[in-house]
Amino acid sequence: MRKIDEQAVEDIALGAALLGTGGGGDPYIGKLMAKQAIAEYGPVTLLSPDEVPEDALVVPSAMMGAPTVLVEKLMNGEELIRSFKGLENYLGKKIYATFPIEAGGVNSMIPFVVAARMGIPVIDADGMGRAFPELQMLTFHLAGLNATPMVLSDEKGNDIIFNTINNYFTENAARSAVVLMGGSATLSIYPMTGKDVKEHGVTGIVSFAEKIGKGIKESRKNGQNPIEVLQQLTGGFELFRGKVVDVLRKTEGGFNRGEAVIEGVESYKDETLVVEFQNENLIARKGEKILATTPDLICMVNLETCIPFTTEALKYGQRVLVLGIPCDPKFRTPKGIETVGPRYFKYDVDYVPIEELMKGDGK
Amino acid sequence: MGYRIGIDVGGTNTDAVIVDDDLNLVESIKTPTTTDVTTGIFNALSGVLKKSGIDKDKITYAMLGTTHCTNAIVERKRLCKVGIIRIGKPASAAISAMSDWPVDLKEAVSDNYFLVSGGHEFDGREISPLDEDEIRTVAKSLKGKVDTIAVTSVFSFVSSDHEKRAAQILREELGDIPISLSHEIGSLGLLERENATILNSALTDVAKTTALSFKEGLSREGVNNAKVYLCQNDGTLMSVDYAVKYPILTIACGPTNSIRGASFLSKKSDAIVLDVGGTTSDIGVIVNGFPRESSLAVTIGGARTNFRMPDLISIGLGGGTIIQEKDGEIQVGPQSVGYRITEEALVFGGKTLTATDIAVRLGIARVGDPRKVSHIDEGFAKRAFDKMMLLVSDNIDKMKLSNEDATVILVGGGSILIGDELAGVSEIIRPENFAVANALGSAIAQVSGQVELVYKLDTISREAALEETKKAAINEAIKAGADPSTIKIVEVEDVPLAYLPGNATRIRAKAAGDLASN
Repeated sequence: MRKIDEQAVEDIALGAALLGTGGGGDPYIGKLMAKQAIAEYGPVTLLSPDEVPEDALVVPSAMMGAPTVLVEKLMNGEELIRSFKGLENYLGKKIYATFPIEAGGVNSMIPFVVAARMGIPVIDADGMGRAFPELQMLTFHLAGLNATPMVLSDEKGNDIIFNTINNYFTENAARSAVVLMGGSATLSIYPMTGKDVKEHGVTGIVSFAEKIGKGIKESRKNGQNPIEVLQQLTGGFELFRGKVVDVLRKTEGGFNRGEAVIEGVESYKDETLVVEFQNENLIARKGEKILATTPDLICMVNLETCIPFTTEALKYGQRVLVLGIPCDPKFRTPKGIETVGPRYFKYDVDYVPIEELMKGDGK
Repeated sequence: MGYRIGIDVGGTNTDAVIVDDDLNLVESIKTPTTTDVTTGIFNALSGVLKKSGIDKDKITYAMLGTTHCTNAIVERKRLCKVGIIRIGKPASAAISAMSDWPVDLKEAVSDNYFLVSGGHEFDGREISPLDEDEIRTVAKSLKGKVDTIAVTSVFSFVSSDHEKRAAQILREELGDIPISLSHEIGSLGLLERENATILNSALTDVAKTTALSFKEGLSREGVNNAKVYLCQNDGTLMSVDYAVKYPILTIACGPTNSIRGASFLSKKSDAIVLDVGGTTSDIGVIVNGFPRESSLAVTIGGARTNFRMPDLISIGLGGGTIIQEKDGEIQVGPQSVGYRITEEALVFGGKTLTATDIAVRLGIARVGDPRKVSHIDEGFAKRAFDKMMLLVSDNIDKMKLSNEDATVILVGGGSILIGDELAGVSEIIRPENFAVANALGSAIAQVSGQVELVYKLDTISREAALEETKKAAINEAIKAGADPSTIKIVEVEDVPLAYLPGNATRIRAKAAGDLASN
């Protein structure tokens, strides 16, 4: 058990930008909300999953919607509390703690707003170990947990309780409701027990994000090479160093699809890497040779500062380091690969763990 | 024949030029920039008038590009006290206004922030109705406490109704107080747009006194018939009235003037411009005769903003950049002797090795006394020079949009130290009068209008939406003082908004034209 203050939130947000693998929304807005909540209500307690009673009711918190709306129509703050109180009323039980559904992007920050305002702890775990765009793309879904009962709330005072037969239906229904609510909403989702989060969650991920953020920040101060620090901290593989020479984008079915073409520098001279992305980076390949695919993490950071790039910010001329980080083993099952593997995102590629792809090729 | 005076304030020098009605350069002068900026402007003005000896009554236009507004924000001085109103309740309460600002800037600008009901959804529905009584109450509590007011409504670039109505009510309650409305300043991104609107509001007095003292300076010099304009950062001019309403648009007008001047001198409307000064160099891009705009948030004085800014990279290389060797590694800057170059550089008899000395040693630049650098090892000089040029070519590359070799126009007093070859560059143009490209850019500037609107293409055709936006831009240009017969649309852009139904698209158009004759 330890306290998370405004400084720790800064570090977690920076680490979350990396774990967002290009998507998940800019943590900047989330960070400001979390900082304001902590300034107003005091620091938040972070619990290791072992410290949570096995039968306690614990509920992840998140926001859902279009990144363009999230940066314009900011939250009230109170709708998050209504999502939680609504679920408590429906279940007739107090919620013991909250935690992120995804540790990457803006949703890494939402639990701190909830926790500060409700006076409950945050659990050091999530359901992805990264960012993904849909509600069923969680380790909890793989474990057979239902996303509902779930409460979706907007700032105007609308709360919608979902009780559905499967998580794909929930994803589609919630997506439509969010548009009706003005393009962004908050949710309490996947109510579960302390035992569930310990067994089925990606544990230690909040501390991991904090460590990454701190590492990037302090390496700059201490004159260390931030890239080396980052590799050490994440156990990731360096996939490529290069310059973005082209970014192709199109919008399809509400999602941004695109690819970034990167021309090698230094030891990668005369080589070209293509990173295919939708909201998140999903595939890294050199010609036909696949270097990494979803659900393993493909992260792009500034070659000098190690500050992560979102796919929206990619443009010609940027110098990037492409890093591949192994995903949580829970995604490496047949059901995991079916749910978040390359074929789910309509790529004609089979998933092979990055460690195998990198054998004899890692630098 | 009438004449125009153009003045541009840079970090090291304040330059002035006189051009005739056909835009031929008549006279130019370079004077040191002064700490108060204004004295340097007067020195340049009186200097160039004396040198030219022209009839002062024939001067019909006077244009000033100045750093007053940037300096006021950076120094946190002379800023107005701003009343901040955000319209969006119940949305947006989770992050207060200015929450990410440096404390000293916040204290200098405002301690009066109100969140009120209203605002719109992305599709134009109201989040909640505007509560007129609530705004009247806020107005009463602001009375006598603030100099200006900044109003920002959620999705105001989709519907500006609530901002406009709020402004009417505030005027009814508070009389003729300056009000900045966010839909006229910035785009998507509530906090960044609100920040830009607050800063704009805070700069009202700075813009007013700058324009007034420029007018006074002109009449002291006997220039009484000139229409006065301030330069804005898209390479066009604004009347004094307009500048007082949108002072933030003067920020970064200096590099913009250089870009426009370089384009004018070289007769190129698409190229990369490298402006080398005494301490830094700016790299910008000219597209269709105007500077390319930045698409990212720009931080000013510690506050994130998203108003229109030229896309620029500034690098620590200028004529006075100090060259050192440490542990066998050559270091290029970022320290510089700046304007003291004529005393401190080796070629001028000084004791500091500068980028200019390296260029003179290799026979690339011809200034000062080359004998004073003949002792420098040629191999060392070559290595230092290569490093300087790598810094330049790497950053030029960052400004390109594709891998094709670029045309680069070289301007600025320090541009003599750039060699004839740069990686990734097909052609280097060194126009005549390169040293005063900035002041020329100010003298030749046009006037423009720009609008950005969001349409749902389910309800209006793309063509009709484009036409409507262009018309609105032309109207803005006329309001800014353009001669309607010369107005052209110089930029149209439409960006589909991801994740939103109804085919929502943001359309931006800009129109520019020559100054209307007196």
